[in-house]
Amino acid sequence: MTGEPLLSVADLRVVFPTRAGIVRAVNDVSLAVSPGETLGIVGESGSGKSVTAQAVLGLLPLPGRVVGGEILWRGKPFQAHGAGVRGKEIACIFQDPMQSLNPLMTIGAQLVETLRHHARLGRRAARDRAAELLAEVALSAPARRLDQYPHELSGGILQRVMLAMALACEPRLIIADEPTTALDVTIQAEILALLSRLQRERGLAILLITHDLGIVAGLCHRVAVMYAGRIVETGEVDALFARPAHPYTQGLLRATPTLEAQSERLVSIPGAPPALLVPPAGCPFRTRCPIAARPCETLPDPARTETGMVVCWRAGEAAWADIPR
Amino acid sequence: MAAFLLRRLIQGGLVVLGVTFTVFVVTRIFGNPVDLMLPLSASPEQRAAFASELGLDRPLPVQFVQFAGELLRFDFGESTWQRRPAMEVVLERLPNSLLLIGAGLGLAIVLSLPAGILAAQRPGGILDRIVTGLSLVGLSMPQFWVGLLLIVLFAVTIPLLPTSGMGSPAHLVLPAVTLALVPFARLTLLVRSQMMEELNKPYIRTALARGLPHRRVLVGHALRNALIPFLTLAGWELVLALAGYTVVVETVFAWPGMGLVAIQALQRGDLFLVQAIVYVVAVLIVLVNILLDLVFKLVDPRIGLG
Ligand SMILES: Nc1ncnc2c1ncn2[C@@H]1O[C@H](COP(=O)(O)OP(=O)(O)O)[C@@H](O)[C@H]1O
Ligand SMILES: [Mg+2]
Repeated sequence: MTGEPLLSVADLRVVFPTRAGIVRAVNDVSLAVSPGETLGIVGESGSGKSVTAQAVLGLLPLPGRVVGGEILWRGKPFQAHGAGVRGKEIACIFQDPMQSLNPLMTIGAQLVETLRHHARLGRRAARDRAAELLAEVALSAPARRLDQYPHELSGGILQRVMLAMALACEPRLIIADEPTTALDVTIQAEILALLSRLQRERGLAILLITHDLGIVAGLCHRVAVMYAGRIVETGEVDALFARPAHPYTQGLLRATPTLEAQSERLVSIPGAPPALLVPPAGCPFRTRCPIAARPCETLPDPARTETGMVVCWRAGEAAWADIPR
Repeated sequence: MAAFLLRRLIQGGLVVLGVTFTVFVVTRIFGNPVDLMLPLSASPEQRAAFASELGLDRPLPVQFVQFAGELLRFDFGESTWQRRPAMEVVLERLPNSLLLIGAGLGLAIVLSLPAGILAAQRPGGILDRIVTGLSLVGLSMPQFWVGLLLIVLFAVTIPLLPTSGMGSPAHLVLPAVTLALVPFARLTLLVRSQMMEELNKPYIRTALARGLPHRRVLVGHALRNALIPFLTLAGWELVLALAGYTVVVETVFAWPGMGLVAIQALQRGDLFLVQAIVYVVAVLIVLVNILLDLVFKLVDPRIGLG
């Protein structure tokens, strides 16, 4: 978890120029993922988590554009590595496994296509390797699965297939964007367990995007909390969960069931995130923050915390009086 | 598979039978074949003789059984206009029509794929606007006018190509291009919208995220998924052309195809020739549809052979 980060993003800015105006989806986002580390990005829907991941992968949907900052892979910009970092050294899995595979091709054909693109494998060898990969993601009867079509398989199985497909590239980093959101709770747990097993076995780095702090607690080493296209707090998971400094983090934690606090009443944060078309001046959270004050009308400077940083003028103060944490 | 084919062939046979029956009903019950085929000046005796020669004086059910029996024996009667077996006339013209349709639709299909794919690369971009604009213009131009325009341009102004009849490959160019225009425009717009839809789907994003080359994702994944609607429309264009949509082109370029002969047969009240044409076209359309079903099944595993 020490040493040079695999992926580092500095001051990333992404905009979507639309008819209605410029949507500022990602603003000054910085993060780093080291080998063997799992970094979580957490935040409400629309906070810019997926767009950040898409920018890293070079897969921004139109009309999205990176307008600032830099994205480095092992210390160098992507161009300096030539083609084949994205999709080879970085693989990813997405939210909806049912929609993420070509419906007209068998699982095997898609795995073989990927394998053969990345390694000069013969047809037979690629097929054998595909079956191995399916076994590695704990699918039963892998050889039979190869000949099945996506519509013949369940979401949980397909997400395992997606993981096998990601492994086919022999990646160093896996970006998982809400990998379990579309799945049943029991299947969710299985997929997450699989993800953390693969990470241990292969020393993978993982960038895990989720809106669920429970998943972060179970899987991540570090976490970045995003709000309205900005990172508002980062830290090591244990420290951040024990002493959340940002009122938004505190609010998210208050709304998350934990083992000890399952019976407590859960309260979500009142209000909705601001529109990114016309972001409010100053701290973006101040419109929903119970302790917002005068200084919050200007954007706070990042301040160091125990294990990370926080962007809040009143960091560390208890924002939500009703349930002290 | 064999069961599917057998079922579709039986269904197709029923369709052809239905068409034949309809033709029979329309001509024997709602019209009088004798009036249609004999000149106005014919005397009542001549009419009666003609009717009994053709068996038209017998009861309708008997006539139908006789009629169906003749069809089964591939006997379509004599063309009263050309004084030879009606089917002979049809089979003589059919290859000409198929050549024209093959060239025209082939052109439309081959050009619409790249045009639509290119347009879909950047929705609203320059290329997209050009392709969409030209397609809409193509759709709104009357076929005979396009034909005349081409004649003026490439035969009169620049004497490059023959304008009528058939005989050399050069004779095929103008009629084929004229015929291709509307199907090309329709197919292009369809490819464009289907590709845009497919390219926005998550499986495309994952295919790209797996590091597959852009071109491979475009053709091997997106286009393949857009193929079913494309083939459906292409099949429809083919059916339309077979059903006589080529007649304007055949007229403008004096192309001796089936559309032209069908019109002439109708004008001359050549009942048996009309029947033979309708019968052949119905069989062709049924075959096209069976073929399409088979291709769909090949393209998409989710389609059952039901
Ligand atoms: N294709 C797009 N066009 C315009 N705006 C977009 C597009 N995709 C995302 N955005 C903007 O980016 C914001 C962040 O989206 P996203 O990263 O998907 O959020 P999430 O944190 O839920 O993953 C959205 O609220 C939206 O305003
Ligand atoms: Mg998202």
